[in-house]
Amino acid sequence: MPDFPILTAIVVTPIIGAALMTLIPARRPEITRIVALLFTVATLGLSIWLLWNFKVGDPDFQYVENYEWIPGLGARFILGVDGISIFMVVITALLMPIGLLASAHHVDHRVKAFFGWFLVLETAIMGIFLSLDLIGFFVFWEFMLVPMYFLIQGWGHDNRRYAATKFFLYTAVGSALMLACTLVLGFLHEASTGLLTFDFRILAAWGFGGLSITTETILFLGFMAAFAIKAPLFPFHTWLPDVHTEAPTAGSVVLAGVIIKMGAYGFIRFSFELFPRATVDLAPLLLITAVIGILYGSIVAAMQRDLKRLVAYSSVAHMGFVILGLASLTVIGLNGATFIMVSHPLTTGALFLIIGFIYERRHTRQIDELGGIWKPAPVLTALFIVAMFAGIGLPGFSGFVGEFLALAGTFISERPYAILAAVGVVLAAVYMLWAFQRVFTGKPTGENAKMTDATKREILLVAPLLVLSLFLGLYPKPVLERIEPTVRQKIAFLEQKTDYRQKRPHGFDSNRLGGESYKDLAKKALKEQR
Amino acid sequence: MTGFVLAAIAPITTPSVDWLGVAPVIALGGAGVAIVLARALLRRSAVTTPVCVALGILGVVLAAIFEYRLWHLVRADGAITTMAGMVRVDPFGVFLSVVVLIGTIYALFISVAYLKRESLDAPEYLALVMLSAAGMVAIITANDLIAIFVALEVLSIPLYVLAAFDRRRMASQEAGLKYFVLGAFSSAVFLYGVALTYGATGSTSLTAIGDFLANNTLYEQGTLLAGGALLLAGLGFKVAAVPFHFWTPDVYEGAPTPVTAFMAAATKAAAFAVLIRVFSIAFPLYRTDWKPALWVLAVLTLVVGSVAALVQTDVKRILAYSAIAHSGYILIGFQTGTIAGRQAALLYLLIYTFMAIGTFAVIMLASMTGDDRHSLDDYRGFALQRPVLGGILIFFLLAQAGIPLTGGFIAKLEVFSAAAQSNNYSLLVIGVLAAVVAMFFYLRIALALASPATGGEYFSDRRVDRWSGVVVATAALAVLATGVTPGPFIDWARQAVYFV
Repeated sequence: MPDFPILTAIVVTPIIGAALMTLIPARRPEITRIVALLFTVATLGLSIWLLWNFKVGDPDFQYVENYEWIPGLGARFILGVDGISIFMVVITALLMPIGLLASAHHVDHRVKAFFGWFLVLETAIMGIFLSLDLIGFFVFWEFMLVPMYFLIQGWGHDNRRYAATKFFLYTAVGSALMLACTLVLGFLHEASTGLLTFDFRILAAWGFGGLSITTETILFLGFMAAFAIKAPLFPFHTWLPDVHTEAPTAGSVVLAGVIIKMGAYGFIRFSFELFPRATVDLAPLLLITAVIGILYGSIVAAMQRDLKRLVAYSSVAHMGFVILGLASLTVIGLNGATFIMVSHPLTTGALFLIIGFIYERRHTRQIDELGGIWKPAPVLTALFIVAMFAGIGLPGFSGFVGEFLALAGTFISERPYAILAAVGVVLAAVYMLWAFQRVFTGKPTGENAKMTDATKREILLVAPLLVLSLFLGLYPKPVLERIEPTVRQKIAFLEQKTDYRQKRPHGFDSNRLGGESYKDLAKKALKEQR
Repeated sequence: MTGFVLAAIAPITTPSVDWLGVAPVIALGGAGVAIVLARALLRRSAVTTPVCVALGILGVVLAAIFEYRLWHLVRADGAITTMAGMVRVDPFGVFLSVVVLIGTIYALFISVAYLKRESLDAPEYLALVMLSAAGMVAIITANDLIAIFVALEVLSIPLYVLAAFDRRRMASQEAGLKYFVLGAFSSAVFLYGVALTYGATGSTSLTAIGDFLANNTLYEQGTLLAGGALLLAGLGFKVAAVPFHFWTPDVYEGAPTPVTAFMAAATKAAAFAVLIRVFSIAFPLYRTDWKPALWVLAVLTLVVGSVAALVQTDVKRILAYSAIAHSGYILIGFQTGTIAGRQAALLYLLIYTFMAIGTFAVIMLASMTGDDRHSLDDYRGFALQRPVLGGILIFFLLAQAGIPLTGGFIAKLEVFSAAAQSNNYSLLVIGVLAAVVAMFFYLRIALALASPATGGEYFSDRRVDRWSGVVVATAALAVLATGVTPGPFIDWARQAVYFV
């Protein structure tokens, strides 16, 4: 355990900023902005430090911190980072200051509250990605709704109250079932071993010792209720377009970037270890919904008249690829899924920012009211083109790497689904290029002709995301080599606990499979508690 | 003949009294009497109200000191039984007495500004609050069905008057009358239950009934079961459990807001104390009979409380239904029949007291003079014009909704985990889903608070008096503290679950 509680620092820094913010007088919005920016940048600095010092090749949790929280209930405050969560933390920390800067000048009422909620949101997200205690995870998961709700309903667009409430309730239903299942899981463990704990590592090692597959499946479905709604998986996706459309730009960036990854994150974090048999059994169901999500999301995206809705539906499709990769239950597929979770925030974040810039100028996002923007705003258009190709998954951009790996993983284990899903890649090009044609090309008329081009500030906001996407597209190794050990361990665990065996392509080095057993991990976790 | 005379002149043997055991009741009741006397002596002089307030606070503080003493005494030496077994002071009783005292002191504090604003007579009001509180503490430590009934009347009758205290307002009068008629009816039902239980077991003492049922098998169970059912109905009325809840929305809406706060927090704690005590001490062996009944009661209370609140447009009515729903969660805890469940119920009552009083305190501050504008539309813009007060109200609402890092979450988590631990999965799932439904109406209020006002800026000219400010601030801090560092509170509740 390191001397400096770096993970706690990452979780707590933003909310300290929010607390400080209440002390700043309301008539000094500029100080508020600087303080908010300072704290998000500080968090970014801490997470980059974490990334820098992250031990490559170690599948285990690193920098684990373990404190008592609710004594009688065995709920603890446990933080730890592994190859999957490290990148979610870094991406969150990166998107936050960008989102703040993007909204810095068009949030002009109740500035203090806006930035305050934004910082609270960052704390909640970091807590979700770093928690290793199921109760702690739920606490952050549920708490995250509050800042998100107030951000949408306070600073969103016309229909924001409806959207905010819809978001809150949809997510709350899922998480309520998750809470019930968490408690049942904890107490089943207590009944069988005598130890009441919600420590993920200990529960993982227990692996439902001797309990029926039905119990396991029901609990798995309870967790999936929360994850599927948040992901959003196909039939539960209807909240996303409404909420995306009504959210303020900074909210959309964070929402598309990080919040919808939480469902997939929860799935990859918990279901493999906690419900190995149910995961294997129900993987085909996930594959089907993932493919439906990809095709349905892409087709519906093509039909949208509102740019933000279009990108929102494209997110449904992209999340379909993530779920596809996860449900393929192969190392390659999981690698790809995790990689999309890192790359999608970059591209979608950039797209939402650019749409935000267009909206600020034209006060509309309707595709048929725009047109020919290329002429008056060539730089903005150039940015959009790059973001668009990154989003489509053109080779050379990060989107390609992730989708390719996810499809390859699925191709190994479940060929038909991979073939169907691959159609989605083509459809992505269809809806994006079609939207691009209608919005940017042609002769500008009326207001469109008078549009101003991107300012330096706007370019500086979007550029880091696109550069990073390009970098990871050309050189994905730094990300993959950190993800892979953890992913390998997950699949190894699955093979150890069930009779599932990963299908391997020819020439695949099976000796490389394996990893530290969860028994040892649980031993380590128990030692910390004492 | 001579024997009769002798019996008449022989000294009546009175039971020995351990005065410390009943000291909190005496302190509260004495303060109530002292307030009436002060009113009679001082008439309408300028110092009357301050003196009466001081007497009320003195009564609560004295009672709190006695409770502190009692807590350590019963923790060290076991429960104190006195007055021929009528009174039984145990950790459980002391804990809930303290909850009632918290509710009482808060109710006194927020009443001060309210009475001044509405130009109502303070001394009578304060005396009634103190007498009712005395009845509550008495009922919490009562160990005999007759004593429970007497205390029930002592706590209820002042409440009937308090509900109708704002006599210029029709709604308040209606609330008082409705509460009185239904309350008297429920008392009668309770008394009938006492009679049947006595008939079946030959005793009215809870411990004696418990011992009797442990050592004897009843030849005929019907009388006892009917008695138990009637006791449950009578107490169900006081805790506002469905289907005995019909008075709640009207009374909560009509009663002066500080009285609503007092009813919501303190009365609920007292009534649940009796419910838990009667069924745990007198009928522990009939668990298989009362648990299904409580299951039905809990589910109905949760569902009706949460769903009926959705269609309300009056904030006080919404909160009344929310109070009903909260009773449902406490019932879940008790229904499990385990120590953990009882501990969860206790913790819930403690945290709920802070949430309920805090919420109603802000509602009281937000309402206009006249205390009758409580529709959702009237609250529009409150959080925009009064960011601090509005923010605190939203915080209380989120706490009641059970959002993490507030006390409300810990309260619900404990209840749910008690249900999960005793394999009571049906209640667990119904409970968590009801909590989601409840979130919707709390959000509706929060949304109204944060929406632009329709009627201009009329919130901004209202000043928060010092007394209410203290209540709102300390209650908010308490809800936050129980949510972030629940350890000490849970420990305290764990020590308080025992009747010995």
